[in-house]
Order: sequence, then C-alpha cells, then structure tokens
Amino acid sequence: MSALYLLIIASLLVALGFLGAFIWSVRKGHYDDDYTPSVRILLDDSEKP
Amino acid sequence: MSILTAPEAISDTRHACYHCGEDCRDEVLHADDHDFCCDGCLTVYSVLKESDLCQYYAIEGAQGISPDPTFYKGKYDHLDQPEVHDKMIEFTDGRLTTVYWYLPKMHCSSCIWLLEHLYRLNPAVRSSVVNFPEKKVRITFDTPALRLSELAALLTRIGYEPYLSMEDLSGKKAGKWNRTRLYKIGIAGFAFGNIMMLSFPEYFHLGQNTSDQNLRTLFGILNLALSLPVLFYCAADFYKSAWSALKGRYLNIDAPIALALSCVFLISIYQLATQTGPGYLDSFAGAVFFMLVGRYFQDKTYAGVSFDRDYKSYFPIAISVVSDGIETRKPITDLQKGDRMLVRNEELIPADAVLQSAVAMVDYSFVSGESQPVERRKGDTIYAGGKQKGAAIELEVLREVSQSYLTQLWNNEAFVREKDDANKSLAARINRYFSLVVLGIATITFAFWFFVNKNSETAFLAFTTTLLVACPCALLLSSTFTNGNLLSVFSRNRFYPKNAHSIERLAQTDAVVFDKTGTITLPNDAEIDFTGDPSTREELVMIKTLVGQSSHPLSRLIARHLTDVPGSQRVLTGFSETSGKGMAAQWGARMVKVGSAGWVGAVGNEEGTGQSSRVYVAIDEVVKGYFTIRSKYRPELPETLSALRGAGIRTYLLSGDRPTDRDLLAPLFGENAVLLFNQKPDQKLDFVRELQREGRHVLMVGDGLNDAGALRQSDVGLAVSDDINNFSPSCDAIVEGNRLSLLPGYISLARSGQRIIRQSFAISLIYNIVGLSFAVTGHLSPVIAAILMPVSSITIVAFTTLASNTAARRHLKKLINVINQT
Repeated sequence: MSALYLLIIASLLVALGFLGAFIWSVRKGHYDDDYTPSVRILLDDSEKP
Repeated sequence: MSILTAPEAISDTRHACYHCGEDCRDEVLHADDHDFCCDGCLTVYSVLKESDLCQYYAIEGAQGISPDPTFYKGKYDHLDQPEVHDKMIEFTDGRLTTVYWYLPKMHCSSCIWLLEHLYRLNPAVRSSVVNFPEKKVRITFDTPALRLSELAALLTRIGYEPYLSMEDLSGKKAGKWNRTRLYKIGIAGFAFGNIMMLSFPEYFHLGQNTSDQNLRTLFGILNLALSLPVLFYCAADFYKSAWSALKGRYLNIDAPIALALSCVFLISIYQLATQTGPGYLDSFAGAVFFMLVGRYFQDKTYAGVSFDRDYKSYFPIAISVVSDGIETRKPITDLQKGDRMLVRNEELIPADAVLQSAVAMVDYSFVSGESQPVERRKGDTIYAGGKQKGAAIELEVLREVSQSYLTQLWNNEAFVREKDDANKSLAARINRYFSLVVLGIATITFAFWFFVNKNSETAFLAFTTTLLVACPCALLLSSTFTNGNLLSVFSRNRFYPKNAHSIERLAQTDAVVFDKTGTITLPNDAEIDFTGDPSTREELVMIKTLVGQSSHPLSRLIARHLTDVPGSQRVLTGFSETSGKGMAAQWGARMVKVGSAGWVGAVGNEEGTGQSSRVYVAIDEVVKGYFTIRSKYRPELPETLSALRGAGIRTYLLSGDRPTDRDLLAPLFGENAVLLFNQKPDQKLDFVRELQREGRHVLMVGDGLNDAGALRQSDVGLAVSDDINNFSPSCDAIVEGNRLSLLPGYISLARSGQRIIRQSFAISLIYNIVGLSFAVTGHLSPVIAAILMPVSSITIVAFTTLASNTAARRHLKKLINVINQT
C-alpha cells in the first residue's frame, strides 16, 4: 500500500504543474482576447517581407 | 497624384467604391481601373498601394473606411505636449513607446490584417497587435523617429481615427478583474477535481480495514488542504457580498450561499477531526466552482461597448486656440475665460463662448433634440455641446469647461442616481422564501431526530445534509446561466444590455417612451420631395452643382437626394452664399438661386407649414418650385409600435423638437396616444417619473444628452446609436439603430428568460426533494450527495442554455426575417 503515497504525491504534483501552467497563461494575457487570434491565423502572410 | 485619371464627367450607371464599397453618390473618381467615391477613399488606396498592401482588398469581406474628411494637419499636435503625451501612452523607455489605443472604426478581419501591417506604412512602427473585441490596438514604435501626433495622423489617414478622450486624460485604466476571476475558476476547478479523486474510496466504502486507516487520514488532510484556498480565495467574493448586504440590512442571494458554504465546511472539519466521516469537501469545492463559472458567463461584459460614458468622453481632448494670429492646440481642461477658440466643421464647441465670427450654424441635436441646426450671429452666446456645421468659426471662451452649461446639466442630481437592483431580481425574491423554508425544514428535521428519536448524531448529520442538498446554488446557477446566455443572444442581435438586472427589468416593461430625433427618425437622412414645375435634366444638374458648393446641411441633403443626377465639373461663376438665406451663381448665361422663399423671391408661405423645411429654386428669377425636406422615419416603425401594443405595452412619444409630423405620428402610436413636443430634458424626466408613479415600468428609448435624465429615471434606459462606438448617455442598454424594430422581440425574450429561470428552479426543486427525502431520514450517503450535486448543476446549465436559445429563435427569428425582406 505504501506505493499509494508516492503515486498520490506524484499525481498531485502533476496536477499542480497544470494549474501553474494555467495561471501562467492567464498572467501572460492568453485569455484577454479570445477572438482575434482565431482570425489572425487565417490571414495570409504578406507575400513580400 | 499620378494614378488619378480624369474624373468621370457624366455617367448614369452606379459605381461601387473600390475602397469602402459604398455607392458613389456625389462623384466618381477613377484610378487604376477602380472607382472611388471620394478623395479620402482614393487617398487610402494610394497609401496602401505605395506600400504594397493591396492584398488588403483581397481579404474576404474587406470594406475600407473612408477617412474623416474633417481631418487637418496639426489636429493631433497637442499629443506631443508632455502632460498629454504621458497620459496617452502605456509605456516608454525613451527609445521604444507603447500605446494601447481604441480605434472605434475597426470592424472586420481585414482591419486586423491592415492594422497589424502598420510597420509597412511606417518603418518606425515596431509592432502592432490588435485586440478585436475591444477594438484596441497596441502599437510599439521608435520614439524619436515617430512622434505620437504622427502616429495618430497615420492611423487617421488610413481611416482608423483613434478615439482619444478626456477620460483617458483623467488616467482611468482598465482593471484586471477579469484575470482574477480566471485564477479563481482555475483554482476552484483544480481543487474540485482532486478532492473528488481523493474521495472516490469513500464513495464506494473501500478501505474499511485497519491498514487503510492511515490512507484515510492522509486523504482527509489533503482534501482539507485543497479546500482551504477555495474557501479563502475563490469563495471570498460571496462572503464579501453577503457581508456588505447584511451591513445594509438586507439579504441578497449571496447570504444563504455564504451560510451554506460555511456550514458545509465546518461540518466537514468536525467529521474529519472526530473521524466520524469524510466530510463534504468535494461538494463544497464543486459548488464554488460551478457558481464561479456561472458568474463568469453572466458578467462577461462586451469589451468595446461602454455604458457609463459621461460628457467627458463626448468632448475632444484639445481645441485650436488662436492667440496673436498663431494657432495652437490646447487641452480643453486648460481653456481660460477670454481664450479665442477656432472650431472647424463638425467640431464640438467644448465651452460656453461668445461668437466672434459673423455667423455660425450650430447643431444642438445631441443636447436638445432639435433636429435643425440653428443660426447664431456675431456676439451671440453659444452653449457648449453644439457642433459647428460649415466653415470654421472663432469664439471667445465665456466660462471654463467645468463651469459650462452642459457640464452643469450633467452634474444634475437625477443623472447620478443609481438604480437599486439588490432586492428586485427574481432570484433574490424567490430566494427570500427559499432560504426560510430550507432553514425551517432543517430545524424541524433536527428537532425530530434529537427530541423524538433521541439520536443526536443522526440529528446533526440530517441537519447539515439538508442544508447541503438544498444549497441555493442551483437557484443561483439558474439565473446566472439564463441571463448570461440571454446577454450573448442579445449582443449577437446588436442589443447590449448592461447586465443581468437590466434584462430582468426589461421583462417587466409595460410602457415604452420614445424620443423622436435620432431615435425613430433616421439620422443623416431625410425625405425630400420636389414641388413645382418639372425641371429639365440640365436644370437638375445646375441645382446639384450649386448645392454641392455649400456645406449647409440642407444643401448636403438635397445633393444627396439628387444621386442620379451627375454633378458637373463646369465652373460656376459669381457664386455667393448668404448665410441664413441662400446662394446664387451664374451657370453660363443663366442665374441660379437656391434658398429661402424670400431669397428667390417666391410669394407665399415662408417656412412651409411648420411641418418641414422648404428650399426654393429659381432660375433666371423664375421660381421653379421648392424642395420639401422632412425627417425620415425608420421604415419599420409602424410594425414595431403595433407589435408593442399587441404585447400590451403602452407607447408614448416625447420630443424636444418642434411639433412636426404630429398628424403622421399620432395614428402610429394608437388611440389616445400621448405625443408631447418641445420637451425640455427635465420635462422628459418628470413625464417618466409620473408614469412610474402610476405604477408603470417604463422603458425610455432615447439617443442624446437631452434624454439622459429620462434614461436614468426610467426603469430601463435604452440608448439608440447607429454606431455603437458613438457617445451614448448613461443607460441600461444600447441598441443599434437598425435593430430598434426588434424591440418587441427583445422584451418578449426577456420575459421568456424570467419563465426559464422559474422552470429551472422547479427542476432543481425536484432534485432537492429527492435529496431532502434522503437527508431528513438520515440516509444521505456521501456518494449520493456527490453525484446529485454536479448532476443537478449540469442539468440546470443544459436546460437554461437550450431553453433560452429556443426562445431566442422563436422571438427574434421571425422579426429578423421581416427586416431582411424590407
């Protein structure tokens, strides 16, 4: 049963990692605009640099 | 300009402008095998062409913007003044500067493309990133190479005039509350998921033997640790809101939620501490999570639509001031008594002032509702808020901006009154009884087990599970998700209620008061008829060419009316315009006169019938006839009004304008219609107040500052705006002008919303009864509680979403089809 302790701690750490990633992405402003990126990706790059 | 070939002289076919897509109404310019409607569009085209950005026109739905014709060199010079400069930028390190500007003209995906290629137009721009929902763009540029005023001018030249207002100057920055909410949702979801996972052994009664006892303790401690941030961080808003309501001596919807959450948490701690059970921390975290998600939906505001703009955002930041013959731009907050302002065509007069130029045509439609511009002569006092139409005028400032009439009007008490919503919402009203009933049932259950059955342990268990199962969060969810979904349905239909409370008040509406100018009339459009001898084509060309020379609003309307008549490039000689009278010119050997009856020498009624304006035409001193110009009403107005009355809603008209068209409008507003004209802002307010005293729920539809008091006083103030980015007075909802005819549909949809809230509340009651029957008998096992809680929440969310979308289709689709046909 002692393996369970290790597994639970590991699973919590993984979950914490995802929570951290979420908080990081909110902080970086990924959720500030949920529309423009969806349009931007469909616009062609200009032919000339 | 080399690409410009000769202007099209005379042509009968319609041309669509290559840049903006509008029909070319006044003239057709031809360049590069494309047609353009005005110099502005052509200029933008050549700017884009020079920088090889013509790919812009290939983007699906590209529709360029004609740049503001009133732009002049030096308009943005004040942006380079240090005290203004620092407030307009977001960040600077001396070499790179970032601005985050609002560009209201942004409207389609090609705008995103063009604005993000600004660096091609000016290499000093390092990057530009668009936030489309907020209609804002963040531009980073090299500071010494590009001045702020040059950047603003660049944007204006391609049609995207930045919206820079005094509100920006007062240093208001957008809050970060939206991110805080996301953090809270994320943390609550994380805690909810993990607590549920750790509670699985309990659900299935695993691990009853002694070797698992340590694991059980560990799980309990972990669950408690996970739920602490939920209690102290995620759920903090519920406690704060409940506490402030209690301090104000009333109960809001958050009070029983806060109570239920506290009970559940305390009992869970008790059970964990005494090792009598696993607690209900999973339900606790889940409830917080679902409620936060619901609130996020409901409170998602429309970025880019502002409800609380005040007069400051209506005013420009700076105005041209002339001293010793030198024109400078001065922030209007610095205007002093005695300054001489220069106000150009279409510019707003920001402070009460005395006219120094000979004549001015001032359009007060926004302040007073009067649709015709009024003439002012030298020495007259001109109140702030009017717009100059025509040539530039000089004025001497009489009072500072903060002392002006308009500012005083705005600071009137009625304008600052807040509407009290706290106790009026449906959920709050239901909740008042609901909380009492739940507390009653819980107490009776407790008393029954404790005193009759003498079983104190079951008594406590039954008491807490009753509170837990009957947690009013389902009630909260039903209203938040219904209103949230309705808000998004409404905004798809160009109707923007301020918040959920506005929807609930909209549902109660039983009287609608309309303002006239700009609300039920079409702005910038008029019905024009010509009465008199039928003119020959040549004469029409003469008239159009003549009126094309003038900036008088009536001239512009006539020129527009004569769309099919081509303007001529032939030069008129001896052109003269006398303000307030008319104009005259030679067309070859013939004399053309257009103006008032007295000007052309017509005998008879000078001003028409008081119903409309007349413009007379005389050629070679022979009166040919006159144009009758009257406001044009929205074409769907009759159907809208009859639909409203069909729904049992009374309709009224309040106008600040002269009593024109009373005979035309009275039948539309039904029998015993109340139509009031010449109403001052405070009279409008009193009328609304009187209706409310009769117990009516009033919806006021208005557009201008003259309606602002009535909009505030009414239960729902609806501002009409053909361009939602325009200034609109404080209101509860904004609707785009061409969607005003959907108003009956909006109201019935809001009513359906209230029904849906009641129905979903009934559904959650069924769950509650099932749960309660287990709880009061003391048989509610954690697994049932854990399943029941999310299942009921999900049912409510699914039901409200489906039901409100179905209702939206039923109420709005029919009306939208009608609009599309007309």
